[in-house]
Amino acid sequence: MRIALFATCIVDAMYPDVAKATVRILERLGHEVVFPAGQACCGQMHINSGKFREAYPVVRNHVEAFEAEDWDHAVAPSGSCVASLGHQHPMIAEHNDDPELSARASAVASRTYELAQLLTDVLGVTDAAAQLGSYFPYSVVHHSSCHGMRLLRLGDRQLDLLRSVEGATVVEPEHPDACCGFGGTFSVKNPQVSAAMLSDKVDALVTTGASVCSGGDASCLMHIGGGLQRTRELMPAQAGVPRTVHLAEILASTKEDPLVLEPLDAPASRTPARSSRASRLRATLRSTPTDRTTGALR
Amino acid sequence: MSVTHLGMPTVPGKGNIVEPSPFPQVAELELGKIQMRTNLARATSTIRGKRLARVAEVPNWEELRDHGSAVKTAVMDRLPELLEQFEHNVTARGGHVHWARDADEANAIVARLVEEHAPVLDTGRREVIKVKSMATQEIGLNEHLEEIGIDAYETDLAELIVQLGHDRPSHILVPAIHRNRREIREIFLREMPDVDPDLTDDPTALAEASRKHLRRKFLSTPVAVSGANFGIAETGTLSVVESEGNGRMCVTLPETLITVMGIEKILPRFADLGTFMQLLPRSSTGERMNPYTSFWTGVTPGDGPQNVHVVLLDNGRTRALADEHGRQALHCIRCSACMNVCPVYERTGGHAYGSVYPGPIGAILSPLLTGTDAGANDTLPYASSLCGACYDACPVKIDIPQMLVRLRNEDTETKARKTGRLPRTQLDAALTAASWVMSDGRRMAVAEKSLPLAHLLTGPEGIRSLPGVAGKWTHSRTLPQPPEQSFRSWWKKERGTR
Repeated sequence: MRIALFATCIVDAMYPDVAKATVRILERLGHEVVFPAGQACCGQMHINSGKFREAYPVVRNHVEAFEAEDWDHAVAPSGSCVASLGHQHPMIAEHNDDPELSARASAVASRTYELAQLLTDVLGVTDAAAQLGSYFPYSVVHHSSCHGMRLLRLGDRQLDLLRSVEGATVVEPEHPDACCGFGGTFSVKNPQVSAAMLSDKVDALVTTGASVCSGGDASCLMHIGGGLQRTRELMPAQAGVPRTVHLAEILASTKEDPLVLEPLDAPASRTPARSSRASRLRATLRSTPTDRTTGALR
Repeated sequence: MSVTHLGMPTVPGKGNIVEPSPFPQVAELELGKIQMRTNLARATSTIRGKRLARVAEVPNWEELRDHGSAVKTAVMDRLPELLEQFEHNVTARGGHVHWARDADEANAIVARLVEEHAPVLDTGRREVIKVKSMATQEIGLNEHLEEIGIDAYETDLAELIVQLGHDRPSHILVPAIHRNRREIREIFLREMPDVDPDLTDDPTALAEASRKHLRRKFLSTPVAVSGANFGIAETGTLSVVESEGNGRMCVTLPETLITVMGIEKILPRFADLGTFMQLLPRSSTGERMNPYTSFWTGVTPGDGPQNVHVVLLDNGRTRALADEHGRQALHCIRCSACMNVCPVYERTGGHAYGSVYPGPIGAILSPLLTGTDAGANDTLPYASSLCGACYDACPVKIDIPQMLVRLRNEDTETKARKTGRLPRTQLDAALTAASWVMSDGRRMAVAEKSLPLAHLLTGPEGIRSLPGVAGKWTHSRTLPQPPEQSFRSWWKKERGTR
């Protein structure tokens, strides 16, 4: 089958390994992967910020980029972005008086799947160890992201795949269906409420004692991972703070080509700064704001 | 698309449905109230569990939700004729119907009726007893009556706690949800005349104290004011759904009963209650059936109130009705399931929303009743991570997350009309720039050329501090180190332009 990869903007720019892992999984199953070059973003950041005008060209670009290629199914390693295609793109097109684009967007959306959804419903993967050779010898706590759960109705598809990975021990957190508090621009428009939600999520994850927090959405994982990393910074003595790994990378990991998790407290700088200006900027980016010590997470 | 006309557009909503200060500011204050958050987290988690258990018992729950939603959609489509039918039937049965465009008109009508039917006491003031009602909270009836010499006594236990505590309700069903029993005991000891000074914080003792306090009022007060859960057009019947029986006392004992009902509470047929009486108790208190459901139709000579009045309240509802998408907020049956499952409400509590309608439904209903430009109601639609739990819990399937997003756009457009399209905030400016970059794969590729430098400047430990609006992210979260190259550029190098 010819499968079009929608990398999503955050994976493309921040987590390229997640897209590479998605490609590896699909090619391992014998499918051809294409990457429509015009693709950029689903537009959710604009739509959910109430910028329906600004979202319109982003939506149009997505539809045109995927119409420009021939493919049987499209896949994205994100439940949220796939949900946006189906639930929001037609709305944005219609809001901008473009019913034709709405119909085209619906057509693209109807053939676009979240990764676990594609693997389970279309490609018939029920046993990741047997069918993909997935091997990941870690204890894993899974975060089922809201849009996958409630908009795509993924149910246990992600968890079932994870449970079928050789070596993986899956543990359950408290309140598994609670939102991590990201919500796109919600995290900066209501930063304190978002941080309070994140704090509870971090507590629930750390309490499991798992070494890895997996998930199907890089955006939620970036938020959760940011909270977990901040926990490490503030409480260096806190043992067993899990690190985040996207489900695609876990499924792509095999005995022959395993994903090896480096210790997180490795020495910081590998490349010496080349100029004093760069080193000043580096120092700024790594500095800790003074109010951090007051317990920003609470 | 169906269009509903209700004559001339009325004034937008007035009363207690406007957020006075921006939500993020109030939320920050409320987040600091540890006792409130503990009380609320415990209470909402209990109600959530009960609701899930009671809903799971109903095999056709989804069909019930669909049917409830369909009935409400049909009601909104022909609201004017249903209201006239309702008025006709109430009047035919000896009741009186009054129409109020806004809070001020409704308050004035109720005040006039109370002055007509309640005697002046030795204290020089009049008294009425009240059934818990969101409509009268919305219009600020108690405060209005107090100013003109009428004392309104809340008879619902939780409303009584709020009233005695000189507090504001923080939940539409459990208005004192932010209080625990120790706090309630203190309020009773401080505010309740002739209360037992040895009162404990045992829930039974607290309930008994309020029973004794209220019983005299029930027996001596000739005028009651209620809201209504349903008004049946084909019969002119009104209904109050409750747990404690105080409502039953109020709608049966006094000579005069005045009901303030939002115009959206109409159901066409008595038989429609079959659906809603299954949906409402399970969604609100997590019970199969609520203990007391009262129905009354006009006047029954010699039995119950002999002066029966209904005040039909608009107060912005026709504004919401005129919004083709927003009108679904009028389907709300005030069950409060959405706030019980909301992760934002659970942490900020109801007071953060300013309006008497808090939580997810309040975040859409308040700005729909008033317009996003009333007070800080423009900040309410952003008070959500769009997790979608409210939509799943709603017994009449109001798509709250989508409505929140639509109201955010309405806010954007309203401000653009007033002050132009120039970005007002750093976030707006960033989003405008991002729209240009993210609507073209080539522009994305150019923007991503900054990644190698960003990677170099950061370390594997990530970015702990950023300036400006991004600092709101890094305040509580570390950003990961950007990669050396984007997936796009890796793909191009490895796989060519395919």
